[in-house]
Amino acid sequence: MTKPTSAHGPLTESSVAGLPAAPSPAPASLSGHGTETQFQLVWRAFKAHRLAMVSLYILVLLYLVAAFAEFLAPNDPHDVNARYTYAPPQELNLFERNEQGDWRFRPHVLGYEVEVDPVALRRTFVDDPSTKYYIQLLPKTHAYKLWGLIPAERHLIGVEGRRAVLFLLGTDRLGRDLLSRLIHGARVTLSIGLAGVGLSLVLGVLIGGVSGYYGGLVDSVIQRVIEFIRSIPPIPLWMGLAAALPRDWTPLQNYFAITLILSLIGWTELARVVRSRFLSLKSEDFVAAAKLDGATDLRIIWRHMLPAFSSHIIATATLAIPSMILAETSLSFLGLGLQTPIISWGVLLQEAQNLRALADAPWLLLPGLLIVVTILAMNFLGDGLRDAADPYGSAR
Amino acid sequence: MIQFIIGRLLAMVAMTLALSFVCFFIIQLPPGDVMTAYAAELASSGDSAGMQSAQLLRERYGLDQPFTVQYLKWVRNILSGDFGYSFNLKKPVSEVFGSRIGISLLVEGLAIVVLWSIAIPIGIYSAIRRYSAGDMFATVFGFIGLAVPNFLLALLLMYVVYLLTGTAVEGLFSAEYARAPWSLAKLWDFLTHVWIPVLVIATGGAAQVIRVLRANLLDELDKPYVVTARAKGLSERRLIMRYPVRVAMIPLVATVGWVLPTVISSSIVTAIVLNLPTLSPILLRALLSQDMHLAGALILFMGVLTLVGTLVSDLLLAWIDPRIRTGTIDK
Repeated sequence: MTKPTSAHGPLTESSVAGLPAAPSPAPASLSGHGTETQFQLVWRAFKAHRLAMVSLYILVLLYLVAAFAEFLAPNDPHDVNARYTYAPPQELNLFERNEQGDWRFRPHVLGYEVEVDPVALRRTFVDDPSTKYYIQLLPKTHAYKLWGLIPAERHLIGVEGRRAVLFLLGTDRLGRDLLSRLIHGARVTLSIGLAGVGLSLVLGVLIGGVSGYYGGLVDSVIQRVIEFIRSIPPIPLWMGLAAALPRDWTPLQNYFAITLILSLIGWTELARVVRSRFLSLKSEDFVAAAKLDGATDLRIIWRHMLPAFSSHIIATATLAIPSMILAETSLSFLGLGLQTPIISWGVLLQEAQNLRALADAPWLLLPGLLIVVTILAMNFLGDGLRDAADPYGSAR
Repeated sequence: MIQFIIGRLLAMVAMTLALSFVCFFIIQLPPGDVMTAYAAELASSGDSAGMQSAQLLRERYGLDQPFTVQYLKWVRNILSGDFGYSFNLKKPVSEVFGSRIGISLLVEGLAIVVLWSIAIPIGIYSAIRRYSAGDMFATVFGFIGLAVPNFLLALLLMYVVYLLTGTAVEGLFSAEYARAPWSLAKLWDFLTHVWIPVLVIATGGAAQVIRVLRANLLDELDKPYVVTARAKGLSERRLIMRYPVRVAMIPLVATVGWVLPTVISSSIVTAIVLNLPTLSPILLRALLSQDMHLAGALILFMGVLTLVGTLVSDLLLAWIDPRIRTGTIDK
């Protein structure tokens, strides 16, 4: 795959001629010498995969939400409201009729009126048509620090007024706004998937590379270790390691420890892929040529072999993120993973653990929906990447 | 074949030893030993006889000695059937095991049976009728099955059943049968409860098995021997079931190796959500209260269970496919 690009000149030109309308990221290089880089080829193959493209958009959106969580969340996610425990989602009304009877665009929500059932003493929330809270764009509500650094108090949307409430997705047991908590939870859940896979990637490339490049005894020892790790059920192992974490650690320490625990077991699949790639590339001519040129092992690996299969690694890594997210969510759900006050989707689902809470407040299952959407998108994206990773079309 | 079996058995013993080391490492992870908390509790209640028994227990499990000595002692105790002492339940660990192990194995076994009996027909169907509506449906089911975490599926099913019938399905028995001896009525009660956990546990694994079987079978369907059989006028049904399916099933037997860890992992989470009387809720409670001897023994048990399962599948595989036991192909 790292043969001189000119070897692919004719192939590239013919495929360009076949797809005259295909927008290319670098048209200049096309008109110049009719060659495309490896990246451009992979990108073109990837774009043909419609489901993977849609998934990419969804994921970019989710990660953007996670990045600007403080700005996008209408309420403080830790803000407790004793008056509004288990309040149902408010209906968002976009239009309002004014005195003349014309419909105007003024998004608003209705306030809550609390009715207490005299027999069961259960509280039910009903709309109160007499109180309207108008949703404002960029209002100054509660103060926050963006990324813990930049002080600000403007939010994307919000309601102003001392008694005004905006719970578009309802509230939880303590009357905290679910929408805001979901937005903040996205940051933790999505980043732990990335961080965990990043760490596994380092371990996997290192160990798998050593295993595949040197072979022999080192290889068989590493292979036995991998087999061993893969043969034990991961959840009890994760649970055991996570339970041993000291209880007095700060949330940040806790977060990193959980990431470490997840990747301690998650690196094996990546190591296997890297190893098999190394094994198949080791006998290629260009590696032999580099060796004869007197290049060091490190240089051969870094300059010649890694670029040849980096796209495969990226695809495998993408497919590994879902299992990281699933593991984090399951652990947090069981109370062994991330702990409050950290908000992750798994921590949020802990609220929905018993049937009573579910029956009273089914909207508490919403984090689950987000988890499923994220994982589906990641899987489709990974499949698309894997198909595109070999753009010379041996499979198609 | 004998050589192959001996080799596998040796590997299994080595794996079990490694596993026991990992489990003991987990037991040792929390700061202080298990007795520190126990002794403090006894001291605060002024129980001098208890203090003495704490000292006795400490000596019995060698808690005052270095790591390796403790480890060897722990292994020796386990080999003689002493899995340690649960300081929370105030019972020997083996006693805790005995009361719940049967139900645990029953639920997991049922889940595996259901998993295969869902996955195999669907896998065969979607390979033969590729790109049909049924295949598309199976693919969608597969993707969703992989994307929905087990605990979420359990919660959803619980909620849906509650919405439809107004009853809460938790546990494996209704209250009146929980302690009753087995009878037909109890068996029926069990069956009305057990389908939810079994279905939940089977889903994730089934989705994976369908994918593997479909891909394997698709590879086989174009091979010349299939064309030959068809040319000879064999009925389509006999042809498919007799030749390509059998070949495609071989790698599937090998997947028992990862189906078992998946099933055990998901049965843990599911059993906790649905509050089943299996070993899993005990594991969670033990871990949350850092009752590490109980937790370590449970993790060891679950690990050994999968190792044994993998061994059995390896032996089966070698029996079915001679190429594997002679080492001609990599499985």
